[in-house]
Amino acid sequence: MSERTTDELIGTLSQGLAPVRPLRPPVLRALLWLGTVTLVIGAGVSRWADFAIISARTADPRLALECAATLLTGITAVLAAFYLSLPDRTSLWRYAPIPPLLLWIATSGLGCLQYGGGLGPAGHRLGESSHCFIFIVLVSAPLALLLYAVLRRARPLEPLPVALSAALGVAALAAFVLQFFHPFDTTVVDLASHLAAVIVVVALAGLSRRLLS
Amino acid sequence: MRAAQQGDALCYEQLLHGITPFIRNLTRRYCRNPQLAEDVVQDVLLTVHRIRHTWDPHRPFSPWLAAITARRGIDRIRRDSRIARHEVSDEGMLETFAAPAANNESGALQAAEAIEPLLAALPERQRLALEAVKIRGLSLAQAASESGQSVGALKVNVHRAVKALRALVGTVDKAEKD
Repeated sequence: MSERTTDELIGTLSQGLAPVRPLRPPVLRALLWLGTVTLVIGAGVSRWADFAIISARTADPRLALECAATLLTGITAVLAAFYLSLPDRTSLWRYAPIPPLLLWIATSGLGCLQYGGGLGPAGHRLGESSHCFIFIVLVSAPLALLLYAVLRRARPLEPLPVALSAALGVAALAAFVLQFFHPFDTTVVDLASHLAAVIVVVALAGLSRRLLS
Repeated sequence: MRAAQQGDALCYEQLLHGITPFIRNLTRRYCRNPQLAEDVVQDVLLTVHRIRHTWDPHRPFSPWLAAITARRGIDRIRRDSRIARHEVSDEGMLETFAAPAANNESGALQAAEAIEPLLAALPERQRLALEAVKIRGLSLAQAASESGQSVGALKVNVHRAVKALRALVGTVDKAEKD
């Protein structure tokens, strides 16, 4: 293409230029989204969750740490998705959710060893675990759509890391909410179903990354 | 850029003219062919226009622009290497006959004249696919975007068109012999 064509393109782009409103800082947009989701989910949790069981279970430091790591994974992954959606922010944000994710897996795994190991064969049956899987996938889906709708405004140049980070965030938040309806310790099969649900949500988000651009 | 975000077209035009040499310099790192590099420059300008709302007026402008240019440059390298991996340039495809003597200029002209009515006899989608890929030499991706057909459909149509042409040429030869 010639120089003249580039000049023509500039002329075309400048004609009838519409004003645009700059996006708010990513941290503010992430907090706004997290705040909205907290209100909606908080209403559901306060309506249906059994807080007596929750407070009894979180007295166990390992479980409290597991819950905190799950929540932190969700928050850092959502925050990372907002930063990664912008062209001039460091790509190191894609690694931000990894430390809390590892802590979440480690504390869950420790729970399996403590509880699931003692159950014998019962710890290896599917039982309620399929409900956990369905719960995480079903709660993640609307959250992911809501997050995609907000992230899409940035029209990310590289949608895949944004989609994966967003999906990890919503799946982790769904897993955190699950703790309020999960009145038993995690077995090996539970942990596998939780991880499978997270992987399914992340994989689906990866496939649907074009929705972001 | 701040004025451009507020809709000042004149400032925006000056800005785009001002940043074009900067983009062109950066683009040379990703693309040595000047014509292809100019494609990337235009791609960057289009992207700047599309996502101009993502620049934060409280942050420097150059890193934002450089990040967009780098992204588009990398996209270009990926696209070129993908095309090079999956598509082959066949210089011999325009030979009309296997015998070298038949491929001199006058023979080629005669063949081109002879093939025109045969091309016209093909279904439109097959004719368009064959002309784009085999005669004009477009890549499959370019031909697909130009014709509105998918790459798969384009391949099928080219294949069918070649097959139909062979049959038509065979019929003409047989009629001439008879």
